Amino acid sequence: MSILELRDLSVTYRTEGGDVPAVRGVNLTIEAGDTVGLAGESGCGKSTIAGAVLRLLPAGTRVDGQVLLDGEDVYQMNPGRLRAVRWTSAAIVFQGALHSLNPVHRVGAQIAEAIRVHGSVDGRAAATRVGELLEQVGIPASRASRYPHQLSGGQRQRVLIALALACEPKLLIADEPTTALDVMVQAQVLDLLASLQRDHGLAMLFITHDLSVLTHACRRLAVMYAGRIVETGLGVDVFRDPQHPYSRALAGAFPTIGDPSSRLRPSGLAGDPPDPSALPTGCPFHPRCTVAVDACRTTDVQLRPVGSASSEASAACVHVEPR
Amino acid sequence: MSPDAQGPPTTDTLVSVRGAHVRFGAGRGAGTGAVRAVDGVDLEVARGEVLALVGESGCGKTTLIRSMIGLEPLAEGSIAVDGLEVTRNARELRALRRRAQMIFQDPTGALNPRHTIFEAVAEGLRIHRVDGDETELVTAALASAGLRPPERYLRRFPHELSGGQRQRVLIAAAMALDPVVLLADEPVASLDASIRGEILALMRSYVDTHGVSIIAVTHDLGLAWNIADRVAVMYLGRIVELGPTEEVLADPQHPYTRALLSVVPETRGLEQQILQGETPDPSRMPAGCRFHPRCPVVASGEAARLGIEARCRGEDPVLTQRSAGHTAACHL
Repeated sequence: MSILELRDLSVTYRTEGGDVPAVRGVNLTIEAGDTVGLAGESGCGKSTIAGAVLRLLPAGTRVDGQVLLDGEDVYQMNPGRLRAVRWTSAAIVFQGALHSLNPVHRVGAQIAEAIRVHGSVDGRAAATRVGELLEQVGIPASRASRYPHQLSGGQRQRVLIALALACEPKLLIADEPTTALDVMVQAQVLDLLASLQRDHGLAMLFITHDLSVLTHACRRLAVMYAGRIVETGLGVDVFRDPQHPYSRALAGAFPTIGDPSSRLRPSGLAGDPPDPSALPTGCPFHPRCTVAVDACRTTDVQLRPVGSASSEASAACVHVEPR
Repeated sequence: MSPDAQGPPTTDTLVSVRGAHVRFGAGRGAGTGAVRAVDGVDLEVARGEVLALVGESGCGKTTLIRSMIGLEPLAEGSIAVDGLEVTRNARELRALRRRAQMIFQDPTGALNPRHTIFEAVAEGLRIHRVDGDETELVTAALASAGLRPPERYLRRFPHELSGGQRQRVLIAAAMALDPVVLLADEPVASLDASIRGEILALMRSYVDTHGVSIIAVTHDLGLAWNIADRVAVMYLGRIVELGPTEEVLADPQHPYTRALLSVVPETRGLEQQILQGETPDPSRMPAGCRFHPRCPVVASGEAARLGIEARCRGEDPVLTQRSAGHTAACHL
C-alpha cells in the first residue's frame, strides 16, 4: 500500500478578499521508502500540500479530495487519531529552524516532549532516546542541554530532523529544509537525509524551489505551477530532459559550471507567478510561456502520460505528444 | 605579494584593497581574542569588471565589502575606491558612498514598507543632492531596471510587488546615483531560483551599458559562472584562491575551492567532498594553514605522503601564482 496518496486534492483559502484556490486537483502517490520531490516557485501551492497532509492548514480552509496516509483518510480521522498519526506516521521538517524550535527550551527537552507525548516512556528512557536521535543526525548527545540560539543554523536544522524522527515516522515531509543554509552545510544535511532514507527505508516528500537539489535527493519529481502538477517523472529526466516549458525554464535556471553555453549568460524565467485568486485563462502558464500558441489561451491541458511506455513521465502541455 | 602576481585584467584599477584587516571585539587589537573577520586581504578590481567573492558564512566576505564603504573600520591596511581613500571623514565617505552602492540580500527588509517606490528611489538622489528633475531620474532608473512602464510603479508600496520586482527597485535606486561599483551582498539568494537569472542578467547589463564594476558576495558558484569575470574564494578572513572564473572553476588549485565546487549540484564529474563541521571560530585561528583542520588533503594522508603536512600544520601559506592571473594559497 502507498504510504501517501493524494486523490484530486484541492485546497482553497478563505480570505477577506475572496477565495484563493492554492491547490487545484493534485494526484500524487508515494510508495514506502520512495523519495518524491515537489518543485515550484513561491505561491505555487507546494507548501500548502505539506500542510494539507497533516491537516495543519488554517481553520476554515476548504479541502476537497482525499489525503490517504497509509490508506487511511486523514480528513476522516477524529482528533485523537489525528494526533497519533502526526509524528508517528508522518512528520514535517520546516524551513526556518530558528522559528520552529522553542527558544526558551533546551533542544533535548523539545525532542523528549515529542517522545513522551506519543509513547509511554519514562524520563530516563526518553533522555537516552534523545541522545540516540541527536547522534543519528550527527550532533553529540551532550548538546541536548543547549538552547536553540547556542547552535549554528546547520545544527538547528539537524535538531529539527532529529525531532521529526523522534517517533519513527514512515514518511518525512521536508519543506525547504536546506534553503537557509550555506552550500557546505546544505550538502551535509542532504547527505544526512539520504543516509536516513537508505538506512531506515524512510519515504520522503521533499519540497523546494531548487530543482537542482531535488534532482540529487529524489528519485521522482513533480513540478507544480499555479496549484497544479504540470510535469512528473524520474528526477534525472525532469532535470535533464524536461517536457513542459515551465520545467525547462526551472531547469535552465541552474547553469552547469563548465558549460560554455551558460557562461556569462544567466537564464531565467521572465515575469512573476500568477496571483492564485486571478489565474489567467486557459493554461495558467501561457503569459510567461515562450512557446505559447493561441490554443493555450483557452485550453488548459491536463497532465497526461508522455514518452515511452517504460518511462514514468507525464506532462500538461499542448506541445507534448501524449503517449 | 606583488600586485603583478595578482594580475588584474587591465591596468585601470577601480577598487584597491591593500593589507586589509577588520577585527571585532577585544579592543580590536592584534592579540588573541579578537575576531579576525578580515585577516590580511589584497585585492584589485578593474573598472567594468565583475568579481564574485565566494565562501561560507563567516568567511569575512560581507565584512570585506562593507569595509569598502567604511561600514566596518579597518584595523590595518587601506582601501581606495575610484581614487578615494576609505576614511572616517563624513564628507569624504559620502562622496565615496555615492560611487560605491550596496545591494542587499533581502529586498523586503531593505525597503521601507511605508515608503512608495518613488520615495525609495528618490531618497538616495536627495541624500546625494543629485541635480536634475527628480521624477525624470526616478522613472528613468526604474525603466532601466526593467520596471516598465515606470509610471505604474511610482505610487506603489513594496508589499504590492514581487520579490524580483523589489530587488529591481533596489538596483534602480543604486543605479540612479550613477555609481562606479555595485557591492552586491547575495543579491539573488532570497529570490526564487526561476527569477534569479533575470536579476543577474540585469546586473550584468549595467556593466555593458554603464561600465559599472560589480563585486558580488555569494556562496553560489553557479552565480559566479553566470556573471563573474573573476572569482575570489575566501576562507576565514583570507582570499585563498583568486583568478579568472573559467580557470578557478574548471581547474581549482585550492582544496577548499575543490570541496566547494564538488557540492554544487550543477557540477558534473567531481566526487563529492563534504567538509565536516562549519567554519571555525575566527577568534581562534588555527595555526599554520587556516584550512588544515578541515582540509581533505591533510585528512586523507596525502599531505603526509607528499611531505608537506608539517608545513600545512605550521606554516601559513601565501598566495602564489599558478597560471596567468590565477593565484592560490596552499602548500600543495
